[in-house]
Amino acid sequence: MSLLHWAILAPFIMAVFVPFLRKKAASIHTGWFVLILPVVLFSTFLQYFPVTMNNGSVSETAAWIPSLGIDFTAYVDGLSLLFVLLITGIGALVVLYSIFYLSKTKESLHHFYVYLLMFMGAMLGVVLSDNVITLYMFWEFTSISSFLLIAYWYDRDRSRYGALKSMLITVFGGLMMLGGFLVLSIMGNTFSIRELAAQAPELNDHPLFLLAMILVLLGAFTKSAQFPFYIWLPDAMEAPTPVSAYLHSATMVKAGIYLVARFSPIFAFSGYWFWIVGAVGLFTMAWASFNAVKQTDLKGILAFSTVSQLGLIMSLLGIGAASLHFDALDDNIYTAAVIAAVFHLINHATFKGSLFMVVGIIDHETGTRDIRKLGGLMSLMPITFTLSVIGAFSMAGLPPFNGFLSKEMFLLSMIQLMELNLFNVESWALLFPVLAWVGSVFTFIYSMMIVFKVFTGKFQPEKLDKKPHEAPLGMLISPIVLALLVVVFGLFPNLLSYSLIQPAAAAIVPSIIPPGEQLYVNIYFWHGITPELLMTIGVIIVGLLLYKWLPKWMGVYDYFPGKVTLNHFYNASLYAAERGSNSITNAYMTGFIRSYLVYIFAFFIAALGFTMWAKEAFTFDASAAAPINFYEVALVLVLIAATLTILFAKSRLTSIISLGAVGYTVSLFFVIFRAPDLALTQLVIETVSTALFLLCFYHLPKLSRHEERRRFQVGNAIIAAGVGMIVTLIGISAHSSKFFDSINAYYIENTYTKAGGENMVNVILVDFRGFDTLFEIAVLSVAALGIYGLIKLRLEKGGETNENE
Amino acid sequence: MIEPILHVTLAVLAIAMIGLIYRLVKGPTVPDRVIALDAMGINLVSITAVLSMILDTSNYLDVILLIGILAFIGTVAFAKFLEKGEVIEYDRDQ
Repeated sequence: MSLLHWAILAPFIMAVFVPFLRKKAASIHTGWFVLILPVVLFSTFLQYFPVTMNNGSVSETAAWIPSLGIDFTAYVDGLSLLFVLLITGIGALVVLYSIFYLSKTKESLHHFYVYLLMFMGAMLGVVLSDNVITLYMFWEFTSISSFLLIAYWYDRDRSRYGALKSMLITVFGGLMMLGGFLVLSIMGNTFSIRELAAQAPELNDHPLFLLAMILVLLGAFTKSAQFPFYIWLPDAMEAPTPVSAYLHSATMVKAGIYLVARFSPIFAFSGYWFWIVGAVGLFTMAWASFNAVKQTDLKGILAFSTVSQLGLIMSLLGIGAASLHFDALDDNIYTAAVIAAVFHLINHATFKGSLFMVVGIIDHETGTRDIRKLGGLMSLMPITFTLSVIGAFSMAGLPPFNGFLSKEMFLLSMIQLMELNLFNVESWALLFPVLAWVGSVFTFIYSMMIVFKVFTGKFQPEKLDKKPHEAPLGMLISPIVLALLVVVFGLFPNLLSYSLIQPAAAAIVPSIIPPGEQLYVNIYFWHGITPELLMTIGVIIVGLLLYKWLPKWMGVYDYFPGKVTLNHFYNASLYAAERGSNSITNAYMTGFIRSYLVYIFAFFIAALGFTMWAKEAFTFDASAAAPINFYEVALVLVLIAATLTILFAKSRLTSIISLGAVGYTVSLFFVIFRAPDLALTQLVIETVSTALFLLCFYHLPKLSRHEERRRFQVGNAIIAAGVGMIVTLIGISAHSSKFFDSINAYYIENTYTKAGGENMVNVILVDFRGFDTLFEIAVLSVAALGIYGLIKLRLEKGGETNENE
Repeated sequence: MIEPILHVTLAVLAIAMIGLIYRLVKGPTVPDRVIALDAMGINLVSITAVLSMILDTSNYLDVILLIGILAFIGTVAFAKFLEKGEVIEYDRDQ
């Protein structure tokens, strides 16, 4: 266990102490104690900068289950460090924000911070794990803690619905991902991601390669809310706003992005990867931004916008895979896509975090997040307004902010894709830039909606619950810091290029960097009049026009009937699954023992009959059979007659007596076949059990004592005949095929010499195999005690004690 | 010389047994069946005795005694059940 391991586990350890802090130091907001941890972690991880900047990495291994090859390996490279800094940095800001957002007295803060710390630790574990099994473990931790955080206000229906939905979808993806990991580890014979990446070329030709890739991608797509799995994210907005800001914009939803980036060295050479990741990402981007415009809830807009931006990053990662197919560094224009992905990842975390916090402030200060009720808040909340302008304009991709730069790079990558002559891109090439451009237009529209519908226009105080005013300073610190970063990264993007972006990009596509050289990352504002600049101008013009005429074309959304949405499909399939499984269960779980017996016996016939037929097991060999005597035949006839009497008797009493006759006949068989001890026991037992049957018969309730013949049922007759035949056939076959002699010769020899008895049956029972006897005695004792208990113990007060009374 | 006689005896006893079974199955009333059962018990005693002679063993003498006792107890119990409706009476019932 090294410092790195303790850093991952620190949030979990801290989480244990949070409830005590809440109790012992109730006068201080618990968040202040929690705040220390992400700050310390952030500064701890800063010391890895020098290592990763030179494309180095740090790896620490602690044994966890060494016999299975599962180690807790923490691994820091450019990509992990980027995510770690996002997690701890934004984590610290979110905790600070939550201190002012959540009331000290009204909320159960210890729950909140325990869940949040659990999540933070899990997320650190996800991005720092090199072992796929530990990665999966932390992955599920994020799902669980996200579930807990979404349902933080668990007395609300919508919270519970959203939590359940996100749980079902992300855990489904997580399990698929585990499957993918296991397939991968079978293919590569290791659990380590780095070792898997080292044998990527061999894995590429493996027949299971595509299966592993699709399973891993399912995990990534569900977590990162890609089409069609994005539906949980808008419903997760029922969580407290700090949670939405942290989990559902900056960190957890990027776990899928991280996964795709981390597994790029393994999978990315394949054309499937390029197509699946690129196309799904781009379609998600366009689809979600189109849907974001119709939302009226601010958090709903932001949720769809998150989905759309994640799709953007995902598509860039997919397209970046093309860079692996060009060896020379100079003409490899597709590495730009990877750089753009990493850059936009950082940008999105900053502006989306701040936008969520801004929305939280609006909610907190006005009491609503509905854009139809809000308006004209500009003069009342000037700082919040400024922050939202910075965030939203950056999201829309407007010039002075960092979003502009990454959006330009995004459009550039899409345009460059048209030159790619790989993976049959040619025929579809035009679709990529068009979809990207349409998505960007809608992104522009909803970004404008966030700013102008809320802060300009008519102020409607009568629709608001509270009198709006500017937020307290403490609440504003975190969004201000993030907005400052938006501006700083926008104006000086090269601050990031070699410190964060280049090492991260190198981790995603390691082969593009020749040893000893560095990837050329230069981000600047002015490229000259390029196609992407013209596209951005087009986005702004078309976006502005569409925004102006928004009410006129909003009707377009009405053409999407509620019945074909994915949400409707999700609800309907859950309902159908529940109804379906219910009706299946009700269909065969009838509650009647006779039905279950039919299943058991039918299965018995089917299984044994099939086995006998398939293995051709039936043999008949009469050579070992003994001659048949006249009195044996007579006795068998008696037995059959008595048995048939039981079946066809009109009264129960006749059946009982016939059963007794059967028992006595069997004892006679014991006599014929020379088993005196058995005959003795059988006689006594038969008498006693006949008496017990009579006892039962006498105590039957008057109503059900009606004496009628059993109804004949064809199904039952067939099953009974089948069981009889199967058992008979097996008996004959077993008797006909004896593979070795019996061991009874030993008993015959040694009964007197070793055990000192003459009765061999008794010697076997108490001497050679006395253990069986001991436990049969135990069975009898238990039965006797049980009967005594059943008769004597009547705990039900006032209940019927006897049906006759 | 004795061997064929024993077999003939056994065959006769078996036929008697089949007749008793017929009465057990057919027996219009329950007492008919109980009597048949009792007679079957005694018939069993004889069959067992003949069998032990055929098998030339004395191990079945216990069985013979036991069948005698059980047939008696069983018949008495049945008789009491048919008469009084129960076999073992409680003291407090009286």
